Amino acid sequence: MLRIGQVQLEAIRQHGEAAYPEECCGILVGCTTEGLNNVVDAVAAENTRSDSAHDRYQIAPQELIHIQQQARRRGLDIIGFYHSHPDHPAEWSKTDLEEAHWLGCSYVITRVVGNVADNRADAVRGRAMETNSFLLTGTSEEDKRLEPEPVEVAAGVGVG
Amino acid sequence: MMQIHIPTPLRPYSGKQPVVDVAAHTVAEALTALITQFPDLRKHLYTEQGKLRAFVNVYLNDEDVRYIDQKENAPVKDSDSISIIPSIAGGLPTTSAPSPATALTPEEMSRYSRHLILPEVGEAGQLKLKAARVLCIGAGGLGAPLTMYLAAAGVGTLGIVDFDVVEASNLHRQVIHGTSDVGRPKLDSAEDSLKAINPNVKIVKFETRLTSENAMQIFKDFDIIADGTDNFPTRYLVNDACVLSDKPNVYASIFRFEGQASVFGAAGGPCYRCLYPEPPPPGLVPSCAEGGVLGILPGLLGIVQATEVIKLILGEGEPLVGRLLLVDTLAMRFRELKLHKNPECPSCGAQPTVTSLIDYEQFCGLPSKSTPPAEMLNGIPQMQVEDLKRRMDAAEDLFLLDVREPYEFAIAQLGGHLIPLNDLPQRVRELDASREIIVHCKMGGRSQIAAEFLAQNGFKRVHNLAGGITAWSEKVDPNVPKY
Repeated sequence: MLRIGQVQLEAIRQHGEAAYPEECCGILVGCTTEGLNNVVDAVAAENTRSDSAHDRYQIAPQELIHIQQQARRRGLDIIGFYHSHPDHPAEWSKTDLEEAHWLGCSYVITRVVGNVADNRADAVRGRAMETNSFLLTGTSEEDKRLEPEPVEVAAGVGVG
Repeated sequence: MMQIHIPTPLRPYSGKQPVVDVAAHTVAEALTALITQFPDLRKHLYTEQGKLRAFVNVYLNDEDVRYIDQKENAPVKDSDSISIIPSIAGGLPTTSAPSPATALTPEEMSRYSRHLILPEVGEAGQLKLKAARVLCIGAGGLGAPLTMYLAAAGVGTLGIVDFDVVEASNLHRQVIHGTSDVGRPKLDSAEDSLKAINPNVKIVKFETRLTSENAMQIFKDFDIIADGTDNFPTRYLVNDACVLSDKPNVYASIFRFEGQASVFGAAGGPCYRCLYPEPPPPGLVPSCAEGGVLGILPGLLGIVQATEVIKLILGEGEPLVGRLLLVDTLAMRFRELKLHKNPECPSCGAQPTVTSLIDYEQFCGLPSKSTPPAEMLNGIPQMQVEDLKRRMDAAEDLFLLDVREPYEFAIAQLGGHLIPLNDLPQRVRELDASREIIVHCKMGGRSQIAAEFLAQNGFKRVHNLAGGITAWSEKVDPNVPKY
């Protein structure tokens, strides 16, 4: 199960809206206790797939290393990732599974749709729809799978 | 001692330690020390061949080890730290969705209104269609409905590769061309029809044969490739070029009353070579020109292709990836076979041997287009129609054997002795082995098989008529009907 504060969840969704029509991505920092991934911080990351940002995302390893180091100084860890699916359902794609390698981590996906006003392209704004979380389960690359996991939203700030 | 930082998912194999201290002089030594201490980590970090798995990044401080001098042999100090970082990436099912940053005009709003009210399409989807670039190989039987429906649906850019002219025998199925178009280049005729359906569509014409030399260049400006060709060399060429350029290949093929369709080369899915690693021997599978085809069949299959193209663009529904749709129009049954990605596929497998485009004519056992017509094929001399004409005019003693079907014989014939290919083994005694025999069929495929059969059965003076009665009609006597 993923436990996330309302504030962090809202930050993830707003990040997706701001990045539309491109994909946003970020890192979930927190702690894992008995199968429960507790989010303390949702850290926005840069999508380095500038060649195809509307349908691909990638987080630079350097950014991961820094965030991992900062988290460890606070006694926390990387426990998951989030990204948005512009104009696509909040379900994992084949690419998402193939490119997912952090077993035990939560992969959070938000659907963002375009909100066209006045039929003008420059008026397109993203609007976050559903957000789902998937746990990367399995013991190795060969048997890994993304399984839907329940999301518990804690009111107010995050839980440590 | 230097530090190696272990990411969360690998800690079950590092005794739950986030940081492991090792003594080492180089990066490689450090990693070896790590997996010596924690052997379970090995299979998560390395392939069976002992290479670092592709998604595992190893960083020395802030630098990717792959890009520093000496790479894994780079020296390390105790104050250094190594981070093992599995990559983080993902993406949508479409390989290349267009940028939706264009708007629909009021004319387009009304034209596509029935799309716009579908939640699965909507304005966002229609904008994707408008920005999409689809390349159709061939403007023939499959290409006709395919391009017509894609144009009608509002696909913004349609590329078409074709170098043929419209012939009368095309008209019963290639509904993009009309009677008055006979003799015109198919590309020009297709462009007129498509523009009449939807003037908003940009048509990009490639009046050329698709070759190993031009395929990658032509493919590069398109998102999705739809293969509507009827020959094996081009089919393998399209497949390999799609795999190499990482573009989905929406495939269909037809024969007589049956057709098949699939989507090859999509992320994680199989390619055409996973299904058929090698082409059949030449002549074994007749083309539509030889075997005939029900006129509406390409209509059915071309529309299946168009549907899959639209779904890929929209990112909606379940694409025909990893499934082969089989259509039998006589029974009117649709079946489906599961296709698996072949890990040892020469084109899309883990260790591909096809890393650039090859000579596909040769691969399919055909004489290369650039070489003069072969004089021999599998031990059978190939006679050109002009030679046959000359020898017939000189009243030489020749026995002409026609191995086509009786209904073909009724349409056009050269005065040969008719024994359909399938009856030949039972009726071989009708032939005189001492005479010089020239075997012909419609195009030269079946007659080659017949000639090889005769040669194996003791006939020493057998020739195959290259190009068959069709070549005769084209090069010797246009009064012999082409069918």
